[in-house]
Amino acid sequence: MKFYYFGLMPYGPLDLDYDKKYSSASLVLPNSYFNPKEGNKLYRRYLDELELADALGYDGVCVNEHHQTAYGLMPSPGVIAGALARTTTQAKIAVLGRALPLVNNPLTIAEEYAMIDNISGGRLISGFVRGIGVEYHATGVNPAFSLERFQEAHDLIIEAWTKTGPFPFEGDHYHFEYVNTWPRPFQQPHPPVWIPSQGSEETIRWASEPTRKYVYLNTYSPFEAVSTFFQMYRDIAEKEWNYEASGEQLGWAVPIYVGETDEIALKEAKPHIEAFYNKFLRMTNEMLLPPGYTTLKSMKKIAEAKREMLSGGREISRLMDNRMFICGSPNTVQEILGECHDQVGLEHIVCTLQFGTLPHELTVKNLELFSKEVMPQLR
Amino acid sequence: MATQDNHQLEIYDAMVHISRGGSGQTLLLLHGAGGSANLKELASKLAEDFDVLLPDHPGFGLSDQSKRLSSVSDLAFYYLDFIQELGLKDIHLVGFSLGGWIAAEIAIRSTTNVKSIALVSSAGIHVKGVPKGDPFLWSPEELVRNLYVNQDIINDILSQEPTSEELEFMVKNRVAAARYAWHPRFYNPDLEKWLHRIDVPTLIIWGDQDKIFPVEYASAFKNLIPHAQTQILKDCGHVPHMDQPEAFYHSLKSFLSETNS
Repeated sequence: MKFYYFGLMPYGPLDLDYDKKYSSASLVLPNSYFNPKEGNKLYRRYLDELELADALGYDGVCVNEHHQTAYGLMPSPGVIAGALARTTTQAKIAVLGRALPLVNNPLTIAEEYAMIDNISGGRLISGFVRGIGVEYHATGVNPAFSLERFQEAHDLIIEAWTKTGPFPFEGDHYHFEYVNTWPRPFQQPHPPVWIPSQGSEETIRWASEPTRKYVYLNTYSPFEAVSTFFQMYRDIAEKEWNYEASGEQLGWAVPIYVGETDEIALKEAKPHIEAFYNKFLRMTNEMLLPPGYTTLKSMKKIAEAKREMLSGGREISRLMDNRMFICGSPNTVQEILGECHDQVGLEHIVCTLQFGTLPHELTVKNLELFSKEVMPQLR
Repeated sequence: MATQDNHQLEIYDAMVHISRGGSGQTLLLLHGAGGSANLKELASKLAEDFDVLLPDHPGFGLSDQSKRLSSVSDLAFYYLDFIQELGLKDIHLVGFSLGGWIAAEIAIRSTTNVKSIALVSSAGIHVKGVPKGDPFLWSPEELVRNLYVNQDIINDILSQEPTSEELEFMVKNRVAAARYAWHPRFYNPDLEKWLHRIDVPTLIIWGDQDKIFPVEYASAFKNLIPHAQTQILKDCGHVPHMDQPEAFYHSLKSFLSETNS
């Protein structure tokens, strides 16, 4: 198994009572809640933690893109990835990922990724995502065309990396007379592609297609759902594409906390993981799922259930039961991850070792304990 | 009340649904983002004096989504083809909200077969500095509370569980509305440049308490279509035919009789 360190870079000093006045820490939460002095300290701290992960021997360090929110301060992940390309030495640099449909010129993403790949000497993992629903409110991009734009922007970027330019690209959403990307990526024919997603059959079919065979990275789902989606990947690969999918094509992003004992881990992690799921990720269904972002069928199901998907009220014990959070002594965490590996045969674990309000000292302890007492046994 | 019959029409790559009834001059009702359901009663009533057509726009209600159509400008050309296909003449166009926007887009292109147009709480333009409501961000309950002023209507809707079919239409209508109107939100920046081309009698009807397009939008339309008559209804939200059915019906009927005389 391979281990990648990831944190969303949340605005830790957030006043957690914000939800008495606002329905979400995204889109509608005034940016007066952000204090730039804290921002300066936070970015430096989070970079230190990513660099520490490289020094501790993690296989990769990860960043991602979110807009107009307190739960992730990387609207432009290339800034962080660019810094890491110079200050880290061995870890892969995974951008998980850039939100393709949200831009009107995806070539800027082909260029940015190629720069990071060149500076880092070929350590880039290029993640492509659709962006979460609320970002279609934040950018004005029409969610009804999200999937079409995603697939077309992807085709454009791959062509820009692999075909000799200049050439025209003639799409429905993107049309360029001259595609001739400088620099070309360091890794040939192009950097590995990962598709982070909550999971849908359409996405999995597309990612597993034989010319792609991309890594499907499930993010923050209950393990039962993760396991279902991984099986779906294997089944589609076998039945529709006639090949056997390997564990190298499967990844799982999950928050993890390791303490000296189960009790210590639980006590230290509780307020921070609950803040992450209940306060930072909180949003209304209308923000999370704008019309057209998902299929009609799943929109109807959600309307029928009348359930707010991310309205909070999640307890640490419930999060641990369905493995949306893994927490305990090194032994416990190692056993759980070993079990998950044996059950579904996944090879990539994106360990969210900083979440919500978890402070620097505990993040460092978590990073160290995980790398020294969990990782070696599972490699 | 006259009965409405259901018709289907194949146009481009899509099958569209029209309910039609009554006889007399042609009246084409163009529904808003919420779909045609809340116009059925009005359609039946108007069918006592008119040949009333109430189509589901492509993508809404019982109509398929045509892949060809992705903007309200497209819908305008679609309706010009629709009018030609059905051989409609001397049409009174009555458009509600999103449907008002469609009516305006049709009329700036051609009024050859159009006798009059009525714009009810119409989308289509943007008035700088006048904040609009955002139905895409409201919860289903907030939407109901913001659409209507009449508390009885609000209580009535909120006390009813939608059926499975109604839920399906709600979801489908929401997706179609987003397809046509997500960005720029419910308007076309080019429309206001051409509204002067509307050369048929025009009525602008608005609720004084519209929470989606505040009543300033009525004045803005009036400035852009100087010959238009304006009716502002009191204690009335975004859906005048529900909030103030009698005052609304009276305004529309007197306008239509004037243009007929």
